[in-house]
Amino acid sequence: MHPIPAESDRAASHGLPTTGHAGKGPGVPAGCRRAFAVFAMLAALALAGCAAPLPLRGTGDLGVVIEREDGRLQVVDTSAHATLGTVDGLGDLSHASVVYSRDGRYAYVFGRDGGLTKVDLLERRIDRRTLQAGNSIGGAISQDGRVVAAQNYAPGGIKLFDARTLALLADIPSAAGPDGQRSKVVGLTDAPDGRFVASLFDAGEIWLIDARNPRMPQVTRFRGIGRQPYDGLVTPDGRYYVAGLFGEDGVALVDLWHPERGATRILDGYGKGEARLPVYKMPHLRGWAIADGYAFLPAVGRHEVLIVDTRTWREVGRVAVAGQPVFVIARPDARQVWVNFALPDNGKVQVIDTETRRVTATLAPGRAVLHLEFTPRGEEVWISVRDDNRVVVYDTATLARIATLAANAPSGIFFTSRATRIGF
Amino acid sequence: MCVRPRIRIAAVALLGTAAVLAPVGAPAQLTGAGATTTAAGPAPAPARQRELRALLRQDCGACHGMRLTGGLGPPLTAEALYDKPADSMTETILSGRPGTAMPPWRHFMTETEAAWLVARLRNGTIDAPDSR
Repeated sequence: MHPIPAESDRAASHGLPTTGHAGKGPGVPAGCRRAFAVFAMLAALALAGCAAPLPLRGTGDLGVVIEREDGRLQVVDTSAHATLGTVDGLGDLSHASVVYSRDGRYAYVFGRDGGLTKVDLLERRIDRRTLQAGNSIGGAISQDGRVVAAQNYAPGGIKLFDARTLALLADIPSAAGPDGQRSKVVGLTDAPDGRFVASLFDAGEIWLIDARNPRMPQVTRFRGIGRQPYDGLVTPDGRYYVAGLFGEDGVALVDLWHPERGATRILDGYGKGEARLPVYKMPHLRGWAIADGYAFLPAVGRHEVLIVDTRTWREVGRVAVAGQPVFVIARPDARQVWVNFALPDNGKVQVIDTETRRVTATLAPGRAVLHLEFTPRGEEVWISVRDDNRVVVYDTATLARIATLAANAPSGIFFTSRATRIGF
Repeated sequence: MCVRPRIRIAAVALLGTAAVLAPVGAPAQLTGAGATTTAAGPAPAPARQRELRALLRQDCGACHGMRLTGGLGPPLTAEALYDKPADSMTETILSGRPGTAMPPWRHFMTETEAAWLVARLRNGTIDAPDSR
């Protein structure tokens, strides 16, 4: 039924750790133990080279922080508010994003340069790495955790990889845009029933990809969905795919329970014909905010968050905020929605009360807030502050700062709890 | 692959202006930045150069890539830009490009600073040590 073998506990056998690896090496191999027994002197040398066995631990409270200028990530412990180690050699991490293996051990890191790197959080080393495109923007992992999908700008398209080995399973070129070039692919997400969904920025299409046989994926195209879809999200129940449009005021919607009904347009003309403000950073939809049956969406080129009833997909309100929203993210219990902003308001973060739909707090974490990530059940939020070289941790109930971690120009923060969530 | 810069019209317009304004006997200026008000004025002070570089990498880089190799926007490497007209690029930075995701940046830099960025990008010296 499925051509990919199940993942084994340890994907590869390990030799002695090499000095080139960042972080800790593997457990003490048998060769080292022999050295201990025979030559005391060599044993001492071997001991220096062989790290102590890793303590047994789960990964549920771990995550990564991207240090994009250094092509490096930090492995962080959200319980201890500590950095456990770093992993280098990940290439160009501008706009890097991460998905997790379903066991929460491996982070798949998508780099701008087309690099796809499988990082072992426990051993803090690169398990596999491939350069799969010239210019890439992110990816997704399948429902069953066996297939990693990359969305690429150049050459435009989607590639499917074996999550264990990173072997290429399928190459799906995108359709051409108005300039005849293969369209840039945005808004890729997993969906139930072994599917992926993505949007084509230049061609203005949504593609529904059935990847149950990942070597022969079947693509259903939705054309004419609107100009320049810039990102997409799937609702937490996996039913609806929503693509934000940059080229016009509106949002495209596909009911994944009923793809035969086609894509529909919602929020048409939400800008009411007013000239939008210059957009200095594209908003992100991924990292959705669906709270209490309402979707909180960034308004492109406006200082507003739009509120949409997900039963009718009609706008029911909007919240005036401090700038153009970039990330609009619900706390896991959906009691609050947190928002950060594009230049020049990127030093602020605002908290929206989802019941009153009002901004209840405006925080100033520092210069250039790039991303925020909630701990699995939302008692804390971690915020990356690029130009202050730190990650700031807030208590989401008291809004007090409770920890600060040093990081070099941090951008994305990704916790392993994403491994169990649809659309992450 | 990328949104192709629509620069021809702008270039023609600028050249046309220059042709009217430029005194006879100075045709060499028609092809250079010196023909218009985007003239490469004095280079920004070193501290400002650092700010502009940071803006370029971090904020322009959001679309053009931190390493300027492209993304939603086209690459800004010297290889990609060397044969593109400097004036129209400066104008694109300042005014943006309607119909694309490129916004105007005139609130973040002066014309002289934009022209300096363009010159450094085109000849591949954007990361050269601060100098004149």
